Amino acid sequence: MKLHAWLATAILATASAVQAQAPIRIGAFLSVTGPAAFLGDPEQKTLELYVERLNAAGGVLGRRLELVSYDSGGDAEKARTFAKRLIEQDRVDLIVGGSTTGETMAVVPLAEAAGVPFISLAGAVVIVEPVKKWVFKTPHTDRMACDKIFVDMKARGVAKAALISGSGGFDKSMRGECLKVAKNHGIDIVADETYGAGDTDMTAQLTKIRNSAGVQAVLNAGFGQGPAIVTRNYRQLGITVPLYQSHGVASKQFIKLAGDAAEGVRLPAAALLVAETLPDSDPQKTVVLGYKQAYEARFKQDVSTFGGHAYDGLMLAVEAIKKAGSADKARVRDALESIRGYMGTAGVVNMSAQDHMGLDLTAFRMLEVRKGDWALVQ
Amino acid sequence: MSAQLAQFLLSGLTVGAIYALVALGFCIIYNASHVINFAQGEFVMIGGMAAASFLGAGLPLPLAALAAVALAALIGMALVKFAVAPARGASVVTLIIITIGAAILLRGLATVVWDKRIHALPAFSGDAPIAVAGATIAPQSLWVIGVTALIVCALWGFFNRTLTGKAILAVSHNRLAAQLVGISVQRVLLVSFALSAALGALAGILIGPITFTSWDVGVMLGLKGFAAAILGGMGSGPGAVVGGLTLGLLESLGAGYLSSAYKDAIAFIVMLAVLVLMPGGLLGGRATERV
Amino acid sequence: MLALAAAVALAPLALANNYHYEIAILVGLNAIVCVGLNLLIGYAGQISLGHAGFFGIGAYGSAILAARYGWPPVLALAAAVAAAAALAYAVGRPILRLKGHYLAMATLGLGIIISIVVATEDRYTGGPDGMSVPPLALGGVTLAGERAWYWLVGALLVATVWLSLNLIDSPLGRALRALHGSEVAAGVAGIDSPRHKLLAFALSAGIAALAGALAAHYTGFITPGKVTFQHSIELVVMVVFGGMASTFGAVVGAAVLTALPQLLTVFKEYEMVVFGGVMMLTMIFMPRGLVPTLAALAARRERAP
Repeated sequence: MKLHAWLATAILATASAVQAQAPIRIGAFLSVTGPAAFLGDPEQKTLELYVERLNAAGGVLGRRLELVSYDSGGDAEKARTFAKRLIEQDRVDLIVGGSTTGETMAVVPLAEAAGVPFISLAGAVVIVEPVKKWVFKTPHTDRMACDKIFVDMKARGVAKAALISGSGGFDKSMRGECLKVAKNHGIDIVADETYGAGDTDMTAQLTKIRNSAGVQAVLNAGFGQGPAIVTRNYRQLGITVPLYQSHGVASKQFIKLAGDAAEGVRLPAAALLVAETLPDSDPQKTVVLGYKQAYEARFKQDVSTFGGHAYDGLMLAVEAIKKAGSADKARVRDALESIRGYMGTAGVVNMSAQDHMGLDLTAFRMLEVRKGDWALVQ
Repeated sequence: MSAQLAQFLLSGLTVGAIYALVALGFCIIYNASHVINFAQGEFVMIGGMAAASFLGAGLPLPLAALAAVALAALIGMALVKFAVAPARGASVVTLIIITIGAAILLRGLATVVWDKRIHALPAFSGDAPIAVAGATIAPQSLWVIGVTALIVCALWGFFNRTLTGKAILAVSHNRLAAQLVGISVQRVLLVSFALSAALGALAGILIGPITFTSWDVGVMLGLKGFAAAILGGMGSGPGAVVGGLTLGLLESLGAGYLSSAYKDAIAFIVMLAVLVLMPGGLLGGRATERV
Repeated sequence: MLALAAAVALAPLALANNYHYEIAILVGLNAIVCVGLNLLIGYAGQISLGHAGFFGIGAYGSAILAARYGWPPVLALAAAVAAAAALAYAVGRPILRLKGHYLAMATLGLGIIISIVVATEDRYTGGPDGMSVPPLALGGVTLAGERAWYWLVGALLVATVWLSLNLIDSPLGRALRALHGSEVAAGVAGIDSPRHKLLAFALSAGIAALAGALAAHYTGFITPGKVTFQHSIELVVMVVFGGMASTFGAVVGAAVLTALPQLLTVFKEYEMVVFGGVMMLTMIFMPRGLVPTLAALAARRERAP
């Protein structure tokens, strides 16, 4: 009798131990190749690095983390198919991914229908507005970027501004938001030019802007190599009014590409870019400096804000799992929604039932290019 | 002439010169082998990316450029040997797919050998803008236009004065007859592909300082260079140059005066119009078909 | 033909979860487009490098009419298909006079222009980020769930193959094959080449649009990524890889090349290299395509003692 009892206990114990050892599966679909590789590549690297580090430190809730990631190449249909694969075949507990808005929006119905928490790494405000039960996001919205820029413009006495943007999804979305919120800051958009994604020369559009009456500042809502060309053409044409870029080009690479023409350009970005120069009293310093050093030491590449978004996504997921005490999807979702005061590379995160992004305008810093490097504008 | 118009014309000429170089590359290969080389844009990419990486390794600009051009020429010859020659006699569709497959392969190799980032090449003689007729032009643009003009003259001399050049022309007119007089078609194919690849690579190095280079820069450039070749007359060298410049100007003026959103579409609308109304292009003759 | 119907009916036994069904549905949709495209490329001998444009007209046309103008989805679908066929008919007249490379480039240009319009007119199409599409519904009954869609797509695929096979054996099909062989000779024999080419073009465009509209309603979302030059190339490769002038070849080609990227994920960053390499090698060594080459091999085996 006693032997049976012992055996039964032993079997049950091993069974539950095996269960408890089952890894927590984090699914990801990212644009590692393709036109959005600039976004997906650092995101993929960041996820791999930190899953490795978390596992080396003992995992989460005593369980190993397992990352299952696919390359969606910037294609919304591929993203959808891979997301389905993650949910149905790989049976992941949570998804961190969706480098671009198009890919994210294609996957939103799947996450909602299957009840899987989905933390998106894309920018447009439409991802969290209207709020969807299972969908969250870590990057600042493009509307916040517009607000930050307009606030700075106002402080410099600008009342009339010109807009130039590309044909990509990011560009169009941000252009739409900026047109909407400009009036709230008392700024009049007097010129609105566009260029194509692969265009190599924007002097035609900039010439039209230069000839528009009363332009006091120019905002380039762009992503990729377009803004670097715009910046060079800008100086070539000798336009002197202030030039603002978007957070889409917040990287050292933009400065390298634009060269000397980038001097004096301002843009809103996460504190990650100026991690070393932050005062020690800055609440964000520890987190951003830690991430920057880890990433650069491992990959020998400049840190990227997009990688930072992936870091935030993963860490928020881990935080939620710890809070929920399990990887149960519904409990993790509730835990995510209740996160307050969490410090990420993008800023302080305060999620709520109405706000599935959690950042506010202080999360953005206004940076200026000085002597070929980023400097904080006070 | 208003300063605005001068600006549009100058930027149109710069971009047009690049289209002309790419179109010339298409033209030479088409003449030698009747193959439309969809990988032509990739040669431009290879020129720019290879130059960027050689520069990063410490080579001075002229050497890096030379090395990049040589690399592209080698890849062009490899393309003939491994892709085009074995498929001799295949249908048009098959050949098109082979070159497209080659283009995808080269792009994939580029992301593995180099990376997926955007790279800038240094301008040949600095960035200080030069004022011309009320417009400003980057010095690199002058290099682009100037070097293209030189290349066109050099090619003209090559095709009309040297034996190899004339051999290539002979093969394009009548392959069988050329073989009968002792011209090695295999050698002609190798030289043509190498030459086209070198042209593409040079275009990539010239334009790199202005437009930057990355692993996928060849896709749109290839298609537009192709539209330029058709505009000028497929198979006609002078046509390629005229087509390229015209297309560049049309794009620039269209973006300036009509709609900058549809700038990319201009090249293809023009191409469609030419194909429907004047398939021979601006400078090509009317083709006759043997029954 | 019966084998295909049986395969479609029995395949669900092998499909374990919704992800497998999804792949099967995507294969089916691509196969429908390819069967239509095969009529044009394989039988009529005309190249089209812009068929993704017609796919896009079907997808976006149906999406816009249903989402922005509130049309019933089935009606929107029918209208979009008709629009694509009409456009093909109108544009086809001047374009189909061209031959070989010139025709390829003209269709390429057409496809790219359509993709640029779709990406630029964001008031209607949602621009580069795409737009949501309402599900397919008829009189209050909504078609939802992977299994239901699987049966619909499977049935339509069988119907399209049946249509294609019958067409090929009909006078129209014989006329198409004649003009593929030699347009001048066909003309001498009294075949109205331009009209037949135009019919083949418009028909394949309509079929592509049908598949496009179905894809849009199924996934609930459409982006310009499906209307690009790259997608047109994928479709042509599927047809040529599977075997030109072989309806089943088109289906096989679609199946292999839709499933292939899912299998290639194991290659990670070498995926593009492998894909390009596969394209080149199959075209060099199997220029007639997979199914005809295998069929020829099988025939030779039978004859040898």
